[in-house]
Amino acid sequence: MAAELHVELVAADRSVWSGEATLVVARTTSGDIGVMPGHQPLLGVLESGPVTIRTSDGGTVVAAVHGGFISFADDKLSMLAEIAELADEIDVQRAERALERAKSDTDAASERRAEVRLRAVAVR
Amino acid sequence: MGAQLRVYKRRIRSVTATKKITKAMEMIAASRIVKAQRQVAASTPYATELTRAVTAVATGSTTKHPLTTGTDAPARAAVLLITSDRGLAGGYSSNAIKAAERLTDRLRGEGKEVVTYVIGRKGVAYYGFRERKIEDSWTGFTDSPTYADAKRAAAPLIEAVTKETAEGGVDELHIVFTEFVSMMTQNPVDNRMLPLSLDAAKEEAGKGEILPLFDFEPSAEDVLDALLPRYVESRIYNALLQAAASEHAARRRAMKSATDNAGELIKSLSRLANAARQAEITQEISEIVGGASALADATAGSDK
Repeated sequence: MAAELHVELVAADRSVWSGEATLVVARTTSGDIGVMPGHQPLLGVLESGPVTIRTSDGGTVVAAVHGGFISFADDKLSMLAEIAELADEIDVQRAERALERAKSDTDAASERRAEVRLRAVAVR
Repeated sequence: MGAQLRVYKRRIRSVTATKKITKAMEMIAASRIVKAQRQVAASTPYATELTRAVTAVATGSTTKHPLTTGTDAPARAAVLLITSDRGLAGGYSSNAIKAAERLTDRLRGEGKEVVTYVIGRKGVAYYGFRERKIEDSWTGFTDSPTYADAKRAAAPLIEAVTKETAEGGVDELHIVFTEFVSMMTQNPVDNRMLPLSLDAAKEEAGKGEILPLFDFEPSAEDVLDALLPRYVESRIYNALLQAAASEHAARRRAMKSATDNAGELIKSLSRLANAARQAEITQEISEIVGGASALADATAGSDK
């Protein structure tokens, strides 16, 4: 059996995704990081961006994560974010509309949020 | 209908209407408790993971951070009090306020200056009426708080903690809210959020498990800097959710006893009304009988 790590992706008000995975790629403040089973214990600050989880059954889960933390120890990885959504849950049209609106209002925060959502959908 | 009977009938009608309202409020509150409890449960994974992470950084690194290590002589403390926006919830708000008063007295006794922050209209009204100073207050979301609400309330608190005490910052951060134990029990509690007491945090995170040596990305200080505001927010969010569940439970209980009381009142009023009606009938009968016999006496006399 290939080595696996257990992933918990939790948002402030709900648990978004949990399951077994072979690789998790996320963006920390000092660059992209890939975590595989057996990685040394790690605690990092996440940037807003898409997170890719390669599940142990060969599938891929992509989620948009807006800030937060990644912590890994004993083959258990948890990602905490105030807002996190799976790419499947993202409404592309709504995100595009939000992006346009944010651009016209020059609202940097929501523009960034909308961009991250669209990027996550594009990765999928 | 006699005057007495009419008064009883009117009172019965009005109490029946009140009973209907309190019954409806009881049922609404009961359905909301379940929802609030679900929200508490949904927010728990985030809170536990975050507490774990904070404990890991604070124990696994030797960094001194203003948010984890208290000053030797704390001079100012902030107290965040969570009450409700609406009344009709029994002693819910006043119990929380009393707990806050006790905490304030204790902190003053320790020689600290207390800065008060209030959530909920009832608390604001209490402090406003007594003309006590509130540093900041938020209202309008206590029965279904969102994470954004918690963030909004946490922002000035975090700012106050990070500021130097001399410039109007605070050294300690306390939170007073009503803990949801069960449907029947809710306790007002006061917790010190900051500076972190690591023992308590450790207990919460894992039962005696040994935390591994973490590799920090980018550095322990940066991680801690980013973690602690989130930690405060999540603690406030959790407190708000528990307080909301407690508020609904307290309201349900208060409305249940109001409904029961109304039922009792209706019962005793209808007994009184029945007695009054019976008295009226008895009186009417005796009047008729008296009249008839007087008439009979009069005709019997004239016959002769």
